[in-house]
Amino acid sequence: MTDHDHHHHDHDHSELSETELRVRALETILTEKGYVDPAALDLLIETYETRVGPRNGARVVARAWSDPAYRSRLLKDATPAISELGYAGRQGEHIVVVENTPALHNMVVCTLCSCYPWPVLGLPPVWYKSAPYRSRAVKDPRGVLRDFGFELPDGTGIRVWDSTAEIRYLVLPMRPAGTDGWSEEKLADLVTRDSMIGTGQPKQPHEVA
Amino acid sequence: MDGAHDMGGVAWSGPVVPEPDEPMFHAEWERRAFAITLAMGMPGGWNIDMSRFARENRPPEDYLSKSYYQIWLAGLERLMLERSLIAADEIEAGKPLHPAKPVARTLSPDGVAAMLHRGGPTEREATRPARFAVGARVRAKMIHPPTHTRLPRYVRGHVGTIERVLGCHVFPDSNSTGAGEDPQWLYTVTFNGVELWGQESDPTLDILVDAWEPYLDPA
Repeated sequence: MTDHDHHHHDHDHSELSETELRVRALETILTEKGYVDPAALDLLIETYETRVGPRNGARVVARAWSDPAYRSRLLKDATPAISELGYAGRQGEHIVVVENTPALHNMVVCTLCSCYPWPVLGLPPVWYKSAPYRSRAVKDPRGVLRDFGFELPDGTGIRVWDSTAEIRYLVLPMRPAGTDGWSEEKLADLVTRDSMIGTGQPKQPHEVA
Repeated sequence: MDGAHDMGGVAWSGPVVPEPDEPMFHAEWERRAFAITLAMGMPGGWNIDMSRFARENRPPEDYLSKSYYQIWLAGLERLMLERSLIAADEIEAGKPLHPAKPVARTLSPDGVAAMLHRGGPTEREATRPARFAVGARVRAKMIHPPTHTRLPRYVRGHVGTIERVLGCHVFPDSNSTGAGEDPQWLYTVTFNGVELWGQESDPTLDILVDAWEPYLDPA
């Protein structure tokens, strides 16, 4: 490792393994200097791999579908409404929820980087951070939706929210028909991550039966 | 800055490719790079706008050839080098060669949950009334600062309508340079597709951008 010199190496390493070595070395340096505690790093990773993810957002959506008073609080001021369910904090300090209707479809992007509502959706997928999505979402959102196999009806207008500030956006998708009387827990199973970004729709009842 | 990161409307031929059952991380080094970046915020003392600028402020070929977490890594290294927390020869050697710089705080395992829960709210108390009201017509300024800005190129010079007044928020253009938070009123501005992309665009398309007051003129 100590002889590793990225300017003169002999292409034995792939780009990936070079990065791998660099990150490992950096962690060693920072740990030995006392700047980071590897146990804290492990906990950060575990938090986002196991506790924070789209399941949280699905619970918010299911609650909104089940409880009209909650839905109205959520649409009026989402941050405290989402906090009621215990989801808050980093990259979700100021959340706005936008509602899909038969006349209007909402879709969320961050053209400048990768802003995404972590407490309710977790970390963003690779496609959300990719050049094709960031460039095309604001110009040809219907074409982007087609990449997801989702044909938006001609009569439906579309609003694309570009997350350029610290406001994070969550889409409230339409509740699928045929779910009357379903429990919140069962409704949450219908809510996909992409339906809360606006690049997909919730599952249909027969898909989770 | 007018960098490669500012991608809205740029012509990319490729489709968006969703990955079924995508894992949260695609390699162990991504996990560690993610966690190191979050943890170093505390001893490093930089703010999110400085972090963003450190990531985006690079030649297009560099920005576009790096994967997402490679950009994070490059940004983090730059922030640490600028503050002499580490030195270039240490990165080359892969081990510490110089004494650590004293830091005010580090992230302990006990502090992780609180740090994530606290986050970094950006809303501040307003010291003056908002200049624009909902429904007002505004034109995004034609600006090309060499420093960090969050006004995307594709709306500059275009006319939109104030959709929401979002309160007073830390101003990234100032915060990113270390010149202070300088809170400014923040608005959601709606631009129609035809205004941004011309007559060929979908007239039922609206694009909504969050823009600070200094980005906007009355139209």
